[in-house]
Amino acid sequence: MNVPLRDPNVVMKLSRLGSFHQSKLSFLRSFLKEFKDWDYKRDLFDLNENGYGTAVFSFKKKNRVYSLICFANELDENERSDRVIATKWDTAFTLFDGVPTKLDIDRLKNEVPKQEFGRLSYKELTLSRANKSIRIFNHVVESLSNGVQPDKELLAKVGYLYRTTAVYGSGKFGLADRFRIKDRKEIYGPFRLEMMLVYLVRQFTFDQVNHVAKNRNPKKAVNLDPEICKSLGIGNSTGLGMAPFIVNHPTLLNNWIYAREVSLKKIREIKNVAITESDLFKDCLKKSIKNIISWNTESEYQIKKIKSLLKDLNEFILFLDNEFDFNQEYPFNNLYEYLEEQCGEECVEYVVSMMMEPYDNIVAPLIKKMSSEEDKYFNIPTERTVLELKTILEDKYSEILNIDFKKKENNLNFWFISKNKEEPRLANRFDENGSDLEQPLAIARDIKKLYEMLSVSKNSSTIAIFLSNNSDLRHVVRRAFIVEKFPYSEIQDNTIGKEIVPIDMLRLKLSFFGALKFDPRSDKWLRICMFQGAPLPGQLKNYDEHWVYN
Amino acid sequence: MKSLSEIDTISKRSSRAAGYSWGIAEEIGKNIRLLEIFSLPGIKNLNDFLNKKKNIKLENLNLITKDNNANNSEYCPVIAGVNFLDQIKSLETLSEIKFKNIAYPMLFLPFVSRASEIVGKRILLKLDEKEFLLNFNNNINSNFSKKEIIKTAENVSIKILDNEDSFNDNEWKELYKLSEETFVEENESLKQSAAGAGLTDND
Repeated sequence: MNVPLRDPNVVMKLSRLGSFHQSKLSFLRSFLKEFKDWDYKRDLFDLNENGYGTAVFSFKKKNRVYSLICFANELDENERSDRVIATKWDTAFTLFDGVPTKLDIDRLKNEVPKQEFGRLSYKELTLSRANKSIRIFNHVVESLSNGVQPDKELLAKVGYLYRTTAVYGSGKFGLADRFRIKDRKEIYGPFRLEMMLVYLVRQFTFDQVNHVAKNRNPKKAVNLDPEICKSLGIGNSTGLGMAPFIVNHPTLLNNWIYAREVSLKKIREIKNVAITESDLFKDCLKKSIKNIISWNTESEYQIKKIKSLLKDLNEFILFLDNEFDFNQEYPFNNLYEYLEEQCGEECVEYVVSMMMEPYDNIVAPLIKKMSSEEDKYFNIPTERTVLELKTILEDKYSEILNIDFKKKENNLNFWFISKNKEEPRLANRFDENGSDLEQPLAIARDIKKLYEMLSVSKNSSTIAIFLSNNSDLRHVVRRAFIVEKFPYSEIQDNTIGKEIVPIDMLRLKLSFFGALKFDPRSDKWLRICMFQGAPLPGQLKNYDEHWVYN
Repeated sequence: MKSLSEIDTISKRSSRAAGYSWGIAEEIGKNIRLLEIFSLPGIKNLNDFLNKKKNIKLENLNLITKDNNANNSEYCPVIAGVNFLDQIKSLETLSEIKFKNIAYPMLFLPFVSRASEIVGKRILLKLDEKEFLLNFNNNINSNFSKKEIIKTAENVSIKILDNEDSFNDNEWKELYKLSEETFVEENESLKQSAAGAGLTDND
């Protein structure tokens, strides 16, 4: 049986993308798998009694070493902020390529804590900072120093000791450009070094909290129970900075979604499913319910989504247990069709993620194809004709071409870069100043404009001639030819309309990171947790790949 | 040291701020990154050009022909460049393409280098007395190595070179003969059992 790939007009809608969940394809899971047999070491731990100072953690294999350098500084209560406008943090980190010398550490001590205002070099790969969850950190120190373990329920509600507020890579602020490292096999797959940084930061937070507790009460203090450590991750506050990324990297976006879609297609095409496979699928699905029940948020938007997900999932599990027989042919295809008929998007995508769990043979080869050599697709094929481009637009943007951008509600917002923090923002073009400096992120509107201009041009004209008279549309001409080759490279929605929910764009990216427990704090930023439940560095050699559900 | 990613982003944004469309600004970002990779003064020239752009009388060259003369002004290097790149498939049959007066021609160069990759031919670019051999956008050979701003080139010529060997037949034969010394003479029985053995030629 040949199951077609899902229609981009369905998958690439923002409401669908905003319903994606972590899966075996997620970057933090593929990072752990790749680095499980690397040697982990704490090379330096020079903190004072209050936990301030410098620490270095590393992963090593043969001649390759990656070192996380941590700088923990005292921070006044009033200076602690997760907002992007903050200028000081409890801790600052950089992932160093190799083993740092004392000179490197001295240099970085001056630069890394400054974050966006510091200068990094080609020796540094990623950069980040994190703030304590003061309530949780203090509670854990207090408990451990008194010789008792902290309140698990309280910890479960938050899920982390620290949260990062940004993780930078790929040449930002002088960091190494990707071309310098892209051929290293261990970092095939996107954001692998960003994942390494976050993972090692998580270990730093445990070592630091143990260290502070021990110094407070050397005779009585105990270490944080490794099982509790495992249950904690690293929090993250994410704002709109992430949203333009998925618009600005169309081939990369395609490769992420394509990997997911090909996985689903291949799983639906399995004629006979082994009992071990169906049992694993059901086991992961049932265990995962606890991740949903413990999903805390005050966001009405998210609460509604969680409620609907839980209701759909419970009904789906009942159906699986009482009515469905895995001994039939193409069982996953039948399940998928049931889901599309009976469940909401959030549940459909949740179960799609879960279907991948038994199929390492399908998923693992796709992970290596999730990066992109974007420059290869930069040149516009200008020898092609107006008619050909028009046909591409009619084929790939059929619904977008029906949007009327003369209506205020379809043209309500504009994306811009804020001057004070050089971060992307979204604003109402009729209420705010600055729409003349709009970023090229209104793809749907500009595609429609391109179509209108093509429609009054000569069909046989080359794109070269068309562009010589329409240079303002060059950015979308380039995109249209990319979309022709990469079906999942474009969001099939209006990113400037009244109805846009920007956190859907963040959620898409974060689901591929492997984030859990999306907690929208408004329609423009959210908190998440990463690596919650993940094995600790010392446990990596024989870890359970389905740790997310345990 | 600035990363190439920073060079690309800042060049793109500043070009947009100077009035180019986003699509053209994207091209400039990639081009300045390319110049800097090749150790040519990209940022230096772009910065000077964008700062002085308003005060120069620039002409947009949209349709490239064999002879292009901007007599009373100078061609904008970006618009001339982008159109050269876009139209390269229809220009590659011309033996030589000439331009009179291009402002800041260093900004024109990367478009020509990228065109060399598209047509799969080397291109010889002359900016007055400065010569640049553009090799499929992989490298650039030049008699110009200064990190300086070139404000204008009066006479610009482009020759799209045929794909020809840089050596003669004798040199090739001599080298080939030497390479044969890595081969082993086959005896008759080995020849009989080689691929296709036992088949008739017309089966």
